[in-house]
Amino acid sequence: MKILLVGNPNVGKSVVFTRLTGVDVIASNYPGTTVGFTEGKLKLDKEFADVVDVPGIYSLEAASKAEEVAVKMLEEGDVIINVIDSTNIERNLNLTLQLVRMGKPMLVILNFWDETHHRGIHIDVEKLEKLLGVPCITACAVSGEGINHIVTRLAEAKVSSFKYNEKERFHEVGNIVSSVQNLEHRHHTLMDRLGELTVMPFTGIPFAVFVMALTFVVIRFIGEGLITRVFDPLFEKIWAPLVMKLSGVLGSTGFIHDILIGKLTDGGIDFVQSFGLITTGLYVPVAMVLPYILSFYLILSVLEDMGYLPRLAVLVDNLMHRLGLHGLAIVPMFLSFGCNVPGIMATRILESRKQRFICVALMCICVPCMSQSAMIISLLGKHGISGLGMVFLTLFIVWTLLGFILKKLIKEETPEIFVEIPSYRLPHMGALIKKLWMRLRWFLKEAIPFVILGVFVMNILYTLGIIDFIGSLMQPVVTGILGLPKEAVMSMLIGFLRKDVAVGMLVPLGLSLKQLIIASVVLTMYFPCIASFVVLFKELGLKDMIKAALLMIFTSLFVGGILNIIL
Amino acid sequence: MKSNEVITLAKMKQGETGTIVEIAGGHGLTNRLEPMGIREGGKVKKVSGQLMRGPITLMVGSTHTAIGYGMAQKILVEVDGK
Repeated sequence: MKILLVGNPNVGKSVVFTRLTGVDVIASNYPGTTVGFTEGKLKLDKEFADVVDVPGIYSLEAASKAEEVAVKMLEEGDVIINVIDSTNIERNLNLTLQLVRMGKPMLVILNFWDETHHRGIHIDVEKLEKLLGVPCITACAVSGEGINHIVTRLAEAKVSSFKYNEKERFHEVGNIVSSVQNLEHRHHTLMDRLGELTVMPFTGIPFAVFVMALTFVVIRFIGEGLITRVFDPLFEKIWAPLVMKLSGVLGSTGFIHDILIGKLTDGGIDFVQSFGLITTGLYVPVAMVLPYILSFYLILSVLEDMGYLPRLAVLVDNLMHRLGLHGLAIVPMFLSFGCNVPGIMATRILESRKQRFICVALMCICVPCMSQSAMIISLLGKHGISGLGMVFLTLFIVWTLLGFILKKLIKEETPEIFVEIPSYRLPHMGALIKKLWMRLRWFLKEAIPFVILGVFVMNILYTLGIIDFIGSLMQPVVTGILGLPKEAVMSMLIGFLRKDVAVGMLVPLGLSLKQLIIASVVLTMYFPCIASFVVLFKELGLKDMIKAALLMIFTSLFVGGILNIIL
Repeated sequence: MKSNEVITLAKMKQGETGTIVEIAGGHGLTNRLEPMGIREGGKVKKVSGQLMRGPITLMVGSTHTAIGYGMAQKILVEVDGK
């Protein structure tokens, strides 16, 4: 049996899904968090049912790629669980009535039931159940309330007896709403007021600037705090003595020693420069990158769950249109500051092929992921704010100019923004922590093996003299155009695997501030890491991926070359 | 009460309310607007408009929706009298 979770965007389908199947999926407070579909299993009495978390749709006529996927998927379901937002049944029932016409067994879940109380909304559920002729179940998925009822009443799912004339659909929805819903008159809540103030230009723009500045400061504060107070002491005081003992056992030198522990500096371990699997290979992902990943995703998750991102999209819409995008593209851009992979996936919320291409190209070229940013911050931070500022300013300028050029080159009208602005909600602590943990777990699983592989490959290539060979081959470009020593080539090679390791490899080269700036910018732009590359191929197809890749190589050499001349 | 003026949603002032009298667009537009409750005869409040022909945020029922300026120019509203 195949059960589909269907409903408007941002009604909590993903939370219901997680509750039913135990499969973790990312849920946030903005329309379009789910862009692909996730399948899980639900244990019933004798059998397992497949449950599919379908991306949200407003109607059966699709407007974006994610919606298209959703509508196609409906054909395959045996049972439809229609999740609706109890605080907004008028809009939600419009889809419900369209689903009724599909003639499949259905259940209706009235989610966010707890919110109806303090909003003065009264819904007669029994009456609604009678009218629609399908089971209607109230729930608050985020706290788990009502979920057991969904499971126990699943067998009661049936084809709705509701008949109506398609032309009269809105009229019918109106009739149902007025007969089952009773609204108390109530005043604006503080959240409502804040919701409106933050999309008005004169209050919203200063607020957005404040939020972005605060985001940056808090990410840095938490990231640095964790590094200096927790992770550095852990590695220096506990891990280092253990590794030194092992080093002694291995005889302080030799092939195995160098692969595992790396080169000792003045008889001790330098976690950034030693370059062994259990020294640098662990230190970079755990002590340098993880703290920043944690603080970034903490802030991102709070912004997501509150419902701030769509408001930001409205405020930046004008700027984004100059780059051939619309405001909603800020969401994938924002996500890609964490990691380009979810960023690229999230471009599915954009309607046109042109937008998706521009958005993906700009994020791959100009948005460093948090792993890389953390390394750049630690590397350049020592030289004061000017070096860091130069790197991010350059990336921002290129982002703007390149978008402007691509908009002119690709002949296709950019559609206008069209997005529902959710009410602000206070993040649910349990859900927030769970989402943060999912993202951290994903990072640990994806990053650490690749970092260790990167360190390993680097050691092998170095030992075999291949680095020297490729270095000499690429010297005209790397030294001639970019003004970097030929050893920087190996950092670029490793950058295919992991950008954080690549930045770390610049440390022993003793680069000047100018060279560090150029190398950081070029490493961000020249090519995506292997994980992003695979997703890029899946999402764009071969032809557009090749175009994007050529654009990256050209842009990075061009910008690196210019920096080399003007700095 | 005298009959009120009919203007586009784009021209309405922030905070004004009114009734939608016409959506002067093709099927593509009405199909997208309808599920959000934006349709002829419906009550609407303009929540905000961004500078330089930026998007318009409007409220129908309890749903807030942001739409492009171009779309807002195609929605004709009879503004409520004060």
